[in-house]
Amino acid sequence: MNKPVLDIIRVSKRFGSTLANDDISLSLGKGEIVALLGENGAGKTTLMSILFGHYVPDTGRVLIDGQQLPPGKPRAAIRAGIGMVHQHFALAPNLTVLDNVTTGTESLWSPRSRRLEARTKLMAISQRFGLKVDPDARLGDLSVGEQQRVEILKALYNEARILVLDEPTAVLTQIESERLFTTLKDMAAQGLSLIFISHKLDEVMSAADRVVVLRGGRHVAERRTTETTKAELAELMVGRTVTRPVRAPSTPGERVLEAVGVSVRAGGVDRLKSVDFHLCAGEVLGIIGVSGNGQATLAQLLSGTLAKSGGDIRLFGKEVNRLSVEDAVAAGIGRIPEDRNREGAIGEMTIWENAILERLGSFASRGLVDRKAAIAFAQTIIDQFDVRGGTPTSRTRLLSGGNMQKLILGRNLINRPRILLAAQPARGLDEGAVAAVHERILDARRQGAAVLLISEDLDEVMALADRIQAIVGGRLSPPIGSEEASARRLGLMMAGEWMQEAAHAV
Amino acid sequence: MSAVFDILASAGLWAAVFRIATPLILGTLGALLCERAGVLNLGIEGIMTFGAMIGWLTVYNGADLWTGFLVAALAGGLFGLLHAGLTVTLGLSQHVAGLGVTLFAASFSYYVFRLAVPVAGTPPTITPFQPIAIPGLSDLPFVGPAFFVQTPPTYVAILLALVLAYLIFRTPLGLAIRMTGENPHAAEAQGINPMAVRYGAVIAGSALMGMAGAFLTLSAFNSFFPTMVQGRGWICIALVVFSSWRPERALLGALLFAFFDGFQLRLQTVLGGAVPYQLFLMIPYVLSIAALALMARRARVPQALMQPYRRGER
Repeated sequence: MNKPVLDIIRVSKRFGSTLANDDISLSLGKGEIVALLGENGAGKTTLMSILFGHYVPDTGRVLIDGQQLPPGKPRAAIRAGIGMVHQHFALAPNLTVLDNVTTGTESLWSPRSRRLEARTKLMAISQRFGLKVDPDARLGDLSVGEQQRVEILKALYNEARILVLDEPTAVLTQIESERLFTTLKDMAAQGLSLIFISHKLDEVMSAADRVVVLRGGRHVAERRTTETTKAELAELMVGRTVTRPVRAPSTPGERVLEAVGVSVRAGGVDRLKSVDFHLCAGEVLGIIGVSGNGQATLAQLLSGTLAKSGGDIRLFGKEVNRLSVEDAVAAGIGRIPEDRNREGAIGEMTIWENAILERLGSFASRGLVDRKAAIAFAQTIIDQFDVRGGTPTSRTRLLSGGNMQKLILGRNLINRPRILLAAQPARGLDEGAVAAVHERILDARRQGAAVLLISEDLDEVMALADRIQAIVGGRLSPPIGSEEASARRLGLMMAGEWMQEAAHAV
Repeated sequence: MSAVFDILASAGLWAAVFRIATPLILGTLGALLCERAGVLNLGIEGIMTFGAMIGWLTVYNGADLWTGFLVAALAGGLFGLLHAGLTVTLGLSQHVAGLGVTLFAASFSYYVFRLAVPVAGTPPTITPFQPIAIPGLSDLPFVGPAFFVQTPPTYVAILLALVLAYLIFRTPLGLAIRMTGENPHAAEAQGINPMAVRYGAVIAGSALMGMAGAFLTLSAFNSFFPTMVQGRGWICIALVVFSSWRPERALLGALLFAFFDGFQLRLQTVLGGAVPYQLFLMIPYVLSIAALALMARRARVPQALMQPYRRGER
């Protein structure tokens, strides 16, 4: 490796009783892409926050080109050439792209903003790195992928030579992610140095030159991607061998839910167009597709928050015209919503409150909530579903994503639902949590629940689903058995190839 | 009908509109500046009262009128410092802190007034600002006496609206203020200190509120009485929304409200015999609510308004 542009030397940082970073060192060469791999809570973001001056390390220092960086000074970090692309974008939706990029780049006491020069410079950078953007667009009108582009441009506009990206693909679709990594490689080829934080093994292997693995706040390993494997990295990251569970063969039971020609029209748009599917007890139906193709509508339809506008739904053999949320709960439909922070749990409320939300009636007597019983119930969920990091009375937002998901799963599965609706259940979770969530879903299947799994992760669907249908533009493909499924076949289904076949057949 | 037309055609109405509008312009600009940085300042009503009192008292004790204005601005700034301490440093509820500042400042101004001027009966007076005719322009028929014969603070207020519009939309500092009001985390990521920006905006905004109050005692009237602000501060808070947080529109909004107010005052004298005057008093408020409903639908509220900023927390 050539002379390092960045050296992080023996950095430690403690928050209360937890040691978030324990004696971590890391170096980065010019034109190199390093992945910082680790599970949630491994200390990746803390380390990068120290690098960027958001936190002051307890011990250790940061050198840029051999010069020590003053700790706790974002301004100094920016000036030294560090650019940070935050996971939660640090952008203002009401301002234009140009405003977002140029904030703080001129002396605050200058009597006039140099807008013209700023625009020229932004366009030049945008051209050089192939990051197309309209400087006058209101930021809030852009897609998530475009917003991330603005975030990167902002760093480049500040003349960043070292770019740090915090879980850059967490919010992107597959295609956007691929495009991002092409851009990043191009940037490295032009002499920029990059660090990206990730817990996804695939992207680490394909995009990074070198991987630094953190676990429990410590630097546990460092590998060149050419000299390691996904399996080895997974083990290093989790600290033990993690294998995702695979379903055992089973014979499906009775049909619990059948939809024929169901359409949903909402907000003046046809969200679902005459879809056919059915769910059987003890079976997982996987719905695969790029997000935004009607998955949300499908989930809302079955959880009772949206009404169908056409077609027939039979639930346990009975015709259902309009399903309400209460009906869905009463009928034993367990639901794991796509966005756990917005629809799954209320972060400001305690764990026990979240645990009983949808069955408040059974924990109420004479108009009062039976706290004791509710707390005991929450404790049962915590024990049975291995929810870590909280007691029944702690705030739910303090749980990590994986543990919050386990709480939601537990709340739904503890009463053995007959139907389980799981929308993107493992999205954003680390490897250990993914395995746990998958295990629970397969448990439910074993116990005879009919599972509808909505996902855009091919591996997940192939591992869990007995039958698979693709969703494209509000239409569902005919189902295929999992034994016929391959990545290639599913890829074609997600691209809507079956629609052309169907057209030919007619 | 001809009575209405006569009122509209009188230069006196239009001269009065600017006089009525001046405290609203200054107050709205002040509240707007605070809100652009993300802090709602409901202290405005009390700060205006205090500004009216302290400005008057300064002049009453022998200082000149502009010194009175300056002292009112400084006092307003001090209350701004208090409000910023409560809402920015301590991160308390901006509503509660603001109302607290209003109650405190209003009572405190009455207290100081009574200590300094212990006499009862008719309140003592000072010699207020006199209208200044702008040479040349004031000689124009109708337009001259209607628009160009005002007291100096009115010209200052209009100028300030334009200066603030320029500051907010054309300077790096203005961009930093807007960014802080939209997303303080983003501001910090670009090396700006959002706490400092909020302190600065709240102090400067409150100084404007103090000046708004001082106009009442140093220009519109010549004495102080404790209830004289009469809800003007709340009108300013509404005008900020009406203006979509844009100073140049705040100027228009204040003039519009002042026009309704001046118009109803004159309408009272013409039709006052036939209709209860309270009905006329309502006109500006009813029309303001209507205008607000129309304008506010399109407004883009600063996203971080009323959200305390804490470092490292999202």
